[in-house]
Amino acid sequence: MSATLPPPRLLPSGDSAVTVEFSRTIDDDANQRVLALDKVLAASPIDGITESVPTYRSLLVHYDPGKIGFDALGEKLLALASQPLPPATRARRWRIPVAYGGEHGIDLEDVAKTLNTTPEDIVARHVAGDYKVAMIGFTPGWSYLSGLDKSLQMSRRQNPRLLTPAGTISIGGIQAGIQCLAAPSGWHLLGRTPVRTYQLHRNPTFLTEPGDRVTFFAIDHKTFEEQDRAAEAGEIVAEQVVA
Amino acid sequence: MSRLVIASIGPASSVQDGGRHGAQRYGLTVSGAMDRLSLAAANTLVGNEPFAAVVEVGPFGAAFKARDGAVRVAISGAPRNADIAGSPVAMDTSVTLKDGETLTLGFARGGAFTYLAIEGGIKGEPVFGSLAVNARAGLGSPYPRPLQAGDEFTVDAASCAPELRIELPKPSSGPIRVLLGPQDDEFDDANKALFLDSEWKISATSDRMGYRLEGPAIKHLHGHNIVSDGTVNGSIQVPGNGAPIALMMDRGTSGGYPKIATVITADVGRLAQTSAGTAFRFEAVSMAEAQDEARKFAQLIRNLPDRLRSADTVALNIEALSDANVAGHAVSAVDAGTWQVAVEP
Repeated sequence: MSATLPPPRLLPSGDSAVTVEFSRTIDDDANQRVLALDKVLAASPIDGITESVPTYRSLLVHYDPGKIGFDALGEKLLALASQPLPPATRARRWRIPVAYGGEHGIDLEDVAKTLNTTPEDIVARHVAGDYKVAMIGFTPGWSYLSGLDKSLQMSRRQNPRLLTPAGTISIGGIQAGIQCLAAPSGWHLLGRTPVRTYQLHRNPTFLTEPGDRVTFFAIDHKTFEEQDRAAEAGEIVAEQVVA
Repeated sequence: MSRLVIASIGPASSVQDGGRHGAQRYGLTVSGAMDRLSLAAANTLVGNEPFAAVVEVGPFGAAFKARDGAVRVAISGAPRNADIAGSPVAMDTSVTLKDGETLTLGFARGGAFTYLAIEGGIKGEPVFGSLAVNARAGLGSPYPRPLQAGDEFTVDAASCAPELRIELPKPSSGPIRVLLGPQDDEFDDANKALFLDSEWKISATSDRMGYRLEGPAIKHLHGHNIVSDGTVNGSIQVPGNGAPIALMMDRGTSGGYPKIATVITADVGRLAQTSAGTAFRFEAVSMAEAQDEARKFAQLIRNLPDRLRSADTVALNIEALSDANVAGHAVSAVDAGTWQVAVEP
């Protein structure tokens, strides 16, 4: 058990789901434990569990109360959650192309102004980051990344936008994100990627998994257009780095 | 093969089924019917699997026309007037549309969603095991969007099976039961009591994503921002303005507002069928009671075939009749078209 983390807590989420909470805040150790528990449940399934959903700090476990009750399941989950972390395995790494600024990243200039620097510097800091997919949620493929450079952390927009474009690359608070579908968002839009983290008739339908590592690299707007067409046709476009 | 053509249909109507499970970890929500019992009842009436895909008809009217042959259908859920060329069709029954005939459904007279099941089911291409429409993700088959006039389904030609009626338990009019949590510790006792003791109404701006609740403002203990965690059908989150939102089938898979309580599985459909503006209350129950109710609810759905009755043998449901009369509305024992009369073979 990490010295900084309290013991995991079971939070009932109705009669057919339970949240195993490792931390109340965004915490990399907690996220590591969430993903480790998720992996254990995938490797040795507990009868009655129907689905598990990792988030930054907790694992939501859906189950069938006709097969296993809250007390019995809770006991098993707590025992597994308290086990020492398995040795880290090598994660997949994605290199994600991004067209920064202009029409694709309408907040880049404002972010630079707010942080008293240039747009080029913001891009340099964003590209330098080594990110991890902490969770996927809200809408299909929306990958929430931890690892944002401290100097880029700023509060979200006062007025969230009702619609932001598909492929938006943005930052909000201490988080960075890869957005797949057009959606409302209160984050700052730095650019757009042609990469679809979710595409229905492609194999795989979902590109990213919680635990994957991510880095970004800049492309020009012309390359964006080309890759966007290729991606629409089903190409993955993102580069997978073989560790 | 026959066709069932949608001659007219209101908004908030779509193909739904038991939902799309297994991909919430990728942000893909479950969708599926808002009222699973009515979904299962309609399907059972025409011999389908309980969670097969059906047409979920929103609060407004709709009309369905059989073409190229007869089509057997069934309706269950929010009560409404239904007829074929002026001859009434009762809720919770099956009926066969002859080629060229139209089944017309009126506005919901209470509740919101009525389920039209088609014998042999709706043909489509399932994604993650489901035909359910999730318009935001472009999912759903045969139409990945709400239904509109002119849409049509290719369906099995009607069998010669006798028409059936299904005898469902009388819906409870009691409070919507909840389990407190997962973040009830983000609220003090006074605000938890305010949530449980107040009368609530569902706002007219509600949809398949969430039901907005009108009532007193619920205050948070430590503010309204928590780190996003997972949601379930029936999660009741409290955003900054203090007006709770019950998350429904098209919810986001994660959310960053504290969730004071969760509607129990057995009551989610009942909440879904609570009309906008109707006052209701919540009641906290124990985990043991909630899980017991969930098991009974699953058993009720499994055993629905035992509740099928022949449509043309009418017997009196004395209990329902006397309830209605005691309530001050004289109900005729022979008014089978408008009153749910139970039938024993």
